[in-house]
Formats: sequence, structure tokens, C-alpha cells
Amino acid sequence: MKNRSINILKTSTSALLLAGITSAPGAIQAATEAEYEQRLEDLEQRLSNVEQSAPLSSSSTRGLGKQKQVTGNAFNPAISVIIDGVYADYKNDPEDYALSGYALGGEAGLAPQGFSLGHSELVFSSNIDDKFYGRFTLAIVEHEGELEIELEEAFFETLALGHGFTVRGGRFYSGLGYLNQQHEHQWDFYDAPLIYRGLFGNQYLDDGIRASFVAPTDLFFEIGAEAFTGNKYPAGGEHDGLDSLVGFVNLGGDIGASHSWQTGVSYWQADNIAREYGGHAHDHAGEEETPHFEGDSTTVGLNAVYKWAPHGNYRDQNFKLQFEYFKRDDEGNIELEGSDPLEESSLDGSQDGWYLQGIWQFTRGWRVGARYDAVDSDNRGSDTDVLDEAGLLSNGHKPERVSLMTEWVPSEFSRIRLQYNKDDSYQESDEQLFLQYTFSIGAHGAHSF
Amino acid sequence: MVHIHSDIKRGLCLLLLSLSVLTPGTSQADDTLSVFACEPEWAALAKQLGGDRVDVYSATTAKQDPHHVQARPSLIAKARRADLLVCSGAELEIGWLPLLLRKAGNSKIVSQGGQFFAADYVDKLEVPQELDRRHGDVHAAGNPHVHTSPVNILIIAEQLSERLAAIDSENAAHYRSAFSSFDARWGEAMKRWQARLSVLNGTRVITHHRYWSYLNEWLGIELVATLEPVPGVSPSSSYLAGLIKTVEREDPAFIMYVDYVSDRPAEWLSERTGLQAIPLPASVDFQGGGTLIQWFDALADGLEAAVSKERNNAGG
Repeated sequence: MKNRSINILKTSTSALLLAGITSAPGAIQAATEAEYEQRLEDLEQRLSNVEQSAPLSSSSTRGLGKQKQVTGNAFNPAISVIIDGVYADYKNDPEDYALSGYALGGEAGLAPQGFSLGHSELVFSSNIDDKFYGRFTLAIVEHEGELEIELEEAFFETLALGHGFTVRGGRFYSGLGYLNQQHEHQWDFYDAPLIYRGLFGNQYLDDGIRASFVAPTDLFFEIGAEAFTGNKYPAGGEHDGLDSLVGFVNLGGDIGASHSWQTGVSYWQADNIAREYGGHAHDHAGEEETPHFEGDSTTVGLNAVYKWAPHGNYRDQNFKLQFEYFKRDDEGNIELEGSDPLEESSLDGSQDGWYLQGIWQFTRGWRVGARYDAVDSDNRGSDTDVLDEAGLLSNGHKPERVSLMTEWVPSEFSRIRLQYNKDDSYQESDEQLFLQYTFSIGAHGAHSF
Repeated sequence: MVHIHSDIKRGLCLLLLSLSVLTPGTSQADDTLSVFACEPEWAALAKQLGGDRVDVYSATTAKQDPHHVQARPSLIAKARRADLLVCSGAELEIGWLPLLLRKAGNSKIVSQGGQFFAADYVDKLEVPQELDRRHGDVHAAGNPHVHTSPVNILIIAEQLSERLAAIDSENAAHYRSAFSSFDARWGEAMKRWQARLSVLNGTRVITHHRYWSYLNEWLGIELVATLEPVPGVSPSSSYLAGLIKTVEREDPAFIMYVDYVSDRPAEWLSERTGLQAIPLPASVDFQGGGTLIQWFDALADGLEAAVSKERNNAGG
């Protein structure tokens, strides 16, 4: 019995070794078949020495791993579906939401009172071949009873340029901020920081190209440049070139085994844009007027992230501190579309804000967090009434918000979150409560730092 | 804000040009082969085989769970400069390695020749018959902790020395002779461990995770239960309570767990059943200068102590 199992082991090991050699492309080139034969014999000899000295398990399952099925879907991309929903409770009417000094657009609005489906996503990703990686993300959302499918990401990325270079092309989230590159379901709070909501309509994505370079240094040093069409909010309008340009630099490293950090600066310039705000102003007669900005816009960003995990084990305990600051300057004209006669004003706008948040995972599966948000603005123009109607005057109110959250994360694939906001985005202070679930089905997504 | 519109555009275009001019000077700083190991056991093995011809970095320590690592900036910077990637494979690093490779922009370790996955060269245990996340963090390719068997180490060592020789052909003879001497020393050490641990043949144990499956197979140790209900999931108190019955029925000798996980489940069960809970080092203390032989010696010490204590308990 024992002899038989030794023979089985020997045969399967020889077969395995052969398989190993044939699948090791680097090793093939040098050696001839005869050399392999010799090596096989050597190894078999060694193994039989080992066998004589080592007892064997009676219930050997060796060989099981060899049975591989080759099917057509073995090369399917990694597919994952994000199922997301929220129960929201507000003190104020969420329809009345405004952010003083900011005209809102993009996806800046609040979820409706009560239960609603959030941002469901369908993600396909895969290495395309040995040169390219690709990702395709559909977001499925419901806006006022209408089901909308948005193409959130559709990009390719080079794998093999080498020398630290990577080029990405297609539709993707800009690298202009730390949070901007994360999918909504990766955020540590239910909602975007106020400054992201105010400047980017939650997040900036566009169609274009990115080139980035990682320096060959021990300190992580990454520099990147992006050129987008400028068609997407908060840029906008018709562009036949690449009118939205982003540059960023990121640095990062470790301090011992338990601490890591990353910090970055970014600069964004979008020229000749036509920014269509989504918010509605109402004139005295109740006619709907949509603010519209035409001109040039520049944004600077600053971010810093620090993480702690004992011995680098994030599983049981970890702490994360995150800070971002943005400042945007707009230069151009603002007009209220739908007004008759057309109301317009010049705009010399300046808006800035920051947030600081800390997340503490105190035991496996449980996290608590706190966030503070503050934004400010100084928008000037030829006609302050127009600016006021557009929502660009803060009238002395400085928006701020305090958020507290706790979440239960039973596995990497599921999360239930409870979040409380004391929100002073506009004059009337609001209290908000969110109970959110986020589930991910399918492939094991890797999340960035 | 100062207005520098057109300068910015020009600047961004120039940026790439200047970078491409910069890089050739900064890469190829020296001719030592740079090895990026995902786990310390492979770092130790690469160092053993490469000696001063290689510069080895380990992405994790023996105190870190290699399933759950973040693609941190420091790791990206290291992967950027590597000539060879040496990892366990079998999806152990699936949560972070693919992202690291995409971020690092290093074509050398994206090509097949620059990637060495140890699990590709040995037969895997516990290949799941059914893939379902109800079964926890299962690996479709089978158990990835292949380094816990000395037999596997030997097979992988030869393959790795051949790979090093293929990538760095100038030093091929060095890698092959390093393997020969490793082979001899390892063979001796295996006889030693076997002599010390042969008493374990047929012993029944409880482990925390299916981390020691290859070691257990080599030693003829039988697994009766794991502290985790399914891989990667912490035990609930009701599940642990159920394990007390398993202990009564199956009569295991002791509980084995890797020392980077919480000792609470093991200690809880230990208190209630009188079984010893044995923390074992998960891998080589590479960062502290440890070697594979030292690590297996430590494992042998831990297991031997557990056996003799269990014998004494049973006798007294």
C-alpha cells in the first residue's frame, strides 16, 4: 500500500515537473531535452530519498489539481456587480438642498427621502493581452422614475510600456484628487465631501488620455498628465480638441511596518468651457432658469492620506486619516438660460474647501468614522442679482458639515453602513440619517491605497 | 490665480518628453538582479539561491497576512524597479498584486518570464469542487500556502534557480551551484525534521486556517476542524461552541495557528477543552535575517514541544 502511493507520488511528481518545465518559458530556451531527462532523473532520485525519510499521509490528494477543464468561458473577464441602496431620512426637504456660494450640477443632489436604490454598477475588467488592460463600468441609476444607464468607465491601460510609464485612454475618472479616482462604493462615507459635491458634481470623469510615470526611487514618486475633451461637467460644451488638462504629482512611502502615507498635488485647467449647472433658479414669475457658465476654469488640489495597521495587517485593526483641499477659479460669464430678456453677468469666481476624515476599524468587520467638511466662496461679477439667482452668492453663510458613521463589514463583499450628518450646507441647518447597504457580487476587486 | 493657460498646455506636453529623456539614465543603476518577493519565504529562497548577485525585497513580513495587503505606494515603488517577481500564486495575492503590477509600469515583471509563481510547480491540495462565496475566501486553484511543505520548497527551489539562471544568464552557474548546495543542506535538514517529527504521523489537530495543509500532509497529520468556519471568516461564538463537540468526538492532540492571527479563538477553545493552542511562525523572519532552515527548525521546535507536553498530559 505504501509502496503504491510512493509510486503514484513519483509518477505524478515527474509529470508535474515536466508540466512545470514546459510552462516556464524562461527555462525552456537554454536546455535541451536530454538535459531535462537528466534533471528529471536527478529530482526523482532526490524525491525518492525524501520519501524514504518522510512518512506519507494516508489520504493523499496529490494529482487532484491536475484536472483542469478548458472551457470557452475560462477567459471571461472579471465581472462584478455592485448592489447599492439607501434609506435616507432628512429634517429638511431634500429638494430644497443648496450649497451656499455654489451652483450645483452633475450628481450633486441628495437622495430622496425614504428608500431608494443607489449607484448600482456593473464592472467588467481584464487583461486584454500581454500589452493592455481594460475596464468597462456601467452605472445604473434611477432619476425621477426613469432608469438611466451611464457609461462610467471604458478605458484601456498599457501594461508593458516599461520604465515606469503607463498610458490610459478612453473614459475614466481623473487623477486630480484622491477620492476622485475611487468608485462611489469605495468611499468611507455615503456621500461625497462638500467640496467634491460643489466643484465636481461629486466626481469628475471625462474622455481622454492619461500618461503617468513612476520614478525608479525607493520613495514612491508618480507624475501624471491627463488631456480630456472637456465635454463633461464641470467642464462642458462642444470641444473638438482636448481642452481640459490635468497634471498631478503623488509621493508616498512607509514608516516602519505599520505606517504608510501618500500625498499629492494636482492642477486642472479647462478652457472655453460651457458649464451647464443642473440646479434650477426661479425668477419672480416662477419661470425655470438654468445657470450657465462660459469661460476658463482652473483648479488646484492638495491631498494627504495616512494609514496605520499593526504590522501592516489591515484585517483586524486599522486607522485611516484623509485630507483634501481644492480651490477653483472661474473667469468668464454667467447667464440664466430660460430668462427673458436674457439675464447675464460677468463672473470672477473663487471657491475653495476641504475635508478631514478619520476611519477606525477597531475590530474585524467593524468601522467607525468621523468627517468634517468646510467650503467657502468669493464670487464676483457685474450683476450680483444674476449671481444670486444662480446660487453663486453665499450671502455670508459658510457651509460646513459634520458626519459620523459606523459600518459592519462582514466580508470584503458586503457592508451595512449607518451615517449621521449635521449639515449646514445652506442657512437652514439639516440633520440627515442614512442607512446604506453595499454588496459586491462576483470577482474579487483590488482596491487601491 | 495667475493665468498661465497656454504655458500649462505646453508644459504638460513637454513633461512627457522630458520624462522619456530622463528615464534611461536612471534605470539600470547596477547589474544586481532585483527580486520582488510577495512573501518572506520566497524572499529567503531567492536570497539563498542568488546570494550577492540578487537584491531581494519582501513585500510582506512573517507577521503579515499575505491575503490582505494593500497596494501601498512603497510597494509600487519597489515593484517599479524589480527584474523578477516571486510570489506564491494560486490567487493568494489576487487582492493586491494585479493592481500593483498595473500601477508600477514595469514591463519586466508583467512578462511571463519575469513572474515566478511557486504554486505553479507543485500539486495543490484542497482544490475546491464547487466555487461559491458561501464557502468563504476560497481559492479556485487550490490551497496557496505551498511553502509549508519542505518537499515543495525543494521542487520550487530548483525551478527558481533555473529561472534566475534564465533571466541572468551571466550568473547561471552561480545559481545552479547555489541550488546544489541548498539541495544538500535541505536534504540533511529534512531528515533531521523527519526524525524529530515522525511521532506526529497519525496525529489529529485543529488549525485556525488551512494554512498548514502541506506541512500536515508531509507529516501525516490529520485535520479534524478549522477555527474558521470557512476560509477567511472569523468564528462566531456558536461555531466555536460547536467545535467543543468536535473535540470530544475526534479527540485532536492540539490546536495549530499562525501567529499573525488573533489568538482569541484558539485560546477560547483551549480553555474549554484543555487542548494546547500552539502559535507557529507563518514564515521566515526574512527582514530579521532569518533563513528557511531556521524557520522550519522553529516549526519543529513548536510541534515537538506540543507533542511532548501532550504525551505528559496524557500520561499524567
